[in-house]
Amino acid sequence: MDLSTLTIAEARRALDAKAYSALDLTNAYLDAIAEKDGELHAYLEVWADSARKEAEAADAMIAAGKSQPLTGIPIAVKDNILIEGRIVSAASKILENYRASYDATVIEKLKAQGVVFLGRTNCDEFAMGGSTENSAYGPTKNPFDVARVPGGSSGGSAAAVAAGLALGALGSDTGGSVRQPASLCGILGLKPTYGAVSRSGLIAMGSSLDQIGPLARTAEDTKILFDAISGHDSRDSTSLPDLANTEIEKQKNRRVIGVPREFLKQGTDPDVLECFENTLRSLREKGYEIRDVHMPNLEYALAAYYIIMPAETSTNLARFDGIRYGLSVSAPTIREVYEKSRGTGFGPEVRRRILVGTFVLSAGYADAYYRKARAVRDLIRADFARAFESVDAIATPTSPVPAFRLGEKSDPVAMYAADIFTVPVNLAGVPALSVPSGTVERDGKELPVGFQLIATHGAEETLFAIGADVQKLSSIA
Amino acid sequence: MTKPDIDVGALATLARLEVSEEERAKLEKEIPTILAFVETIQKANVSGAPQAAKLRNVMRADESPHESGVYTDKLLAQAPAREGNRVAVRQVISRKK
Repeated sequence: MDLSTLTIAEARRALDAKAYSALDLTNAYLDAIAEKDGELHAYLEVWADSARKEAEAADAMIAAGKSQPLTGIPIAVKDNILIEGRIVSAASKILENYRASYDATVIEKLKAQGVVFLGRTNCDEFAMGGSTENSAYGPTKNPFDVARVPGGSSGGSAAAVAAGLALGALGSDTGGSVRQPASLCGILGLKPTYGAVSRSGLIAMGSSLDQIGPLARTAEDTKILFDAISGHDSRDSTSLPDLANTEIEKQKNRRVIGVPREFLKQGTDPDVLECFENTLRSLREKGYEIRDVHMPNLEYALAAYYIIMPAETSTNLARFDGIRYGLSVSAPTIREVYEKSRGTGFGPEVRRRILVGTFVLSAGYADAYYRKARAVRDLIRADFARAFESVDAIATPTSPVPAFRLGEKSDPVAMYAADIFTVPVNLAGVPALSVPSGTVERDGKELPVGFQLIATHGAEETLFAIGADVQKLSSIA
Repeated sequence: MTKPDIDVGALATLARLEVSEEERAKLEKEIPTILAFVETIQKANVSGAPQAAKLRNVMRADESPHESGVYTDKLLAQAPAREGNRVAVRQVISRKK
C-alpha cells in the first residue's frame, strides 16, 4: 500500500478483500508517523497500543462479515473532541491534564463502525487561529514546505492527512478552521450545515458558528466520513432533525454555479485568483453554467464575525475557572483562583479574544457592536438565501493566499483578514467544501490552492458531486 | 461612532482574567486596532434587516433523570480539589467580625 495516495474507499476494498489486515494498515500508519511526525508535529499524542487493539477488533468484525464503511480505517482526531478516558487539551495549558469523562457523539458513532483512532492532532489553542501557531505545544509544519504553516485551526488534522499520517481526520470549523487548513495542505475539508453534526463532546468556541467536519483526500472519502458522523442527536440542542430529502437531493442535476465577483478582489493574491478562474473555466467546459451573483453584505462578514465570535468565546470560556476541572492555581480568595488560573492557563490569543468579547458585550457598547453584528448577520444570511434561488452552489477561493511562512502573520488583524472567504459561511450556517484545485509557486515550492464550494442548508450532496468534478478537472490540468 | 475608550484593566476584571502590566500595555494598543478592523460594520444599513428565524423549543422534557451519583466519581476525578462527594472551593462569602 502507498500511504501517499491511499484513500478510505480503496482501503475499504482492500480490507474487505483481505489484501491486508486492519492491523497491517494501522502499523503502516504508526510507522509513517514515527518516521515523519518528528518534523511535522501534526500529532500531540499518538495512541499506538490502543490503535493496534482497535485494529484487531476491526479485523474480527471484517472476518465476521460485519464490515462497515469505516471499519479498520485509521483516522486522526482534533484535540478538542472528547474521547472517554483520553486527554483532550484544546492545545491549551489550561486543559493539559484533562481527561474526558465521556465520548463525543461523533466518536461514539465512529467507535460503532470500528474505526482506529491513531491519536489527537495539534490545533490553535481552543481552535482560535489560522495557522496552529497559537497551540501551547508548538506549531505544526506544512507537508509541502516545512517553513510554512499548515493553516488552522485544524492544522494538525490537515497535515496528518496530507502527509499520509492518517486516512482521514476530524476537525472543527468556526470560521474556516476545517476548510482553510485543507486548502493550505492540498486536501478536502467540509464545514457541514449548522446542526447537521452533533457537537456534544466538542469543546465549544463560538456556539452559533461551530461545526465538526471531516478532512480527507477525495470527495468520496469526505462523504463517507460525513455520513458516518452526521444525524440528529438529542444531546445537542442545535442538532437538526434528520433530513428526509437526501434521496431527492442526490438525484438533482446541479449545473449552475454563482460567483460573487465584486467580493473576490480584496487582498487575494493574483495567482490564487488566476487559479480560481482556471477552475471556473474548466467547469464551464464541462457543461456547468457560471453566473455572477450579487451579495452586497459579504463585505461586512469579517467585521460581524470578529464581533460575534469573540462575544461567544468569552462566554463559553467562562467555564474554565480552576474549580471543576483543568488547571487550578492556588490563591487566598476564590476570585484570585479564577483570575490566576485563567491568566496562567490561557495563551495570548485566547486572552485577547476573551477581552474583545467582554468589550463588545459590555454595557454601553453591546448595541453598537454585538447587536449590530447580529443584525448584519441576518443580512448576510438573506444574501445567501437570495443567491440560492438562482444557483445550485456559490464558488470562491477558500483562502486569499497560499500557506504563509511561520511567523509571517504575527499581527492578529493580518491573520483575521485571511478568513475573508470562509467566515460568511459560518455566519449563514450553510455547508461548504474546500477542494484542491491547482498550485501556485512560492520560494521555489508548489503550494496547493483550495476552491471553496458553498451550498444551501442541507445540500452537502451538491458539494460532493461538484467537488468530485473539481478534483477530477484540476488533476487533469 | 466615536472612538471607544478601552480600559483593559476593567475588562480583565470583568473577565476574571489576570493580565500583567506588560501585557496590558500591549493590549491597550492591540484591542483598539481590532475594533478599528470591525468598524466597517457601522456602515451596514440594517434598517430593513429580516427578522431572525422562528424559535422552537429545544429543551428535553424534565423527566427520567439518571440515577443519582452514577457519574459522581468520574466527574470529580477531574476536579482540582475534592472533599467527599463535593468539589472543594475557597470560601465565597466572608463573615465580617
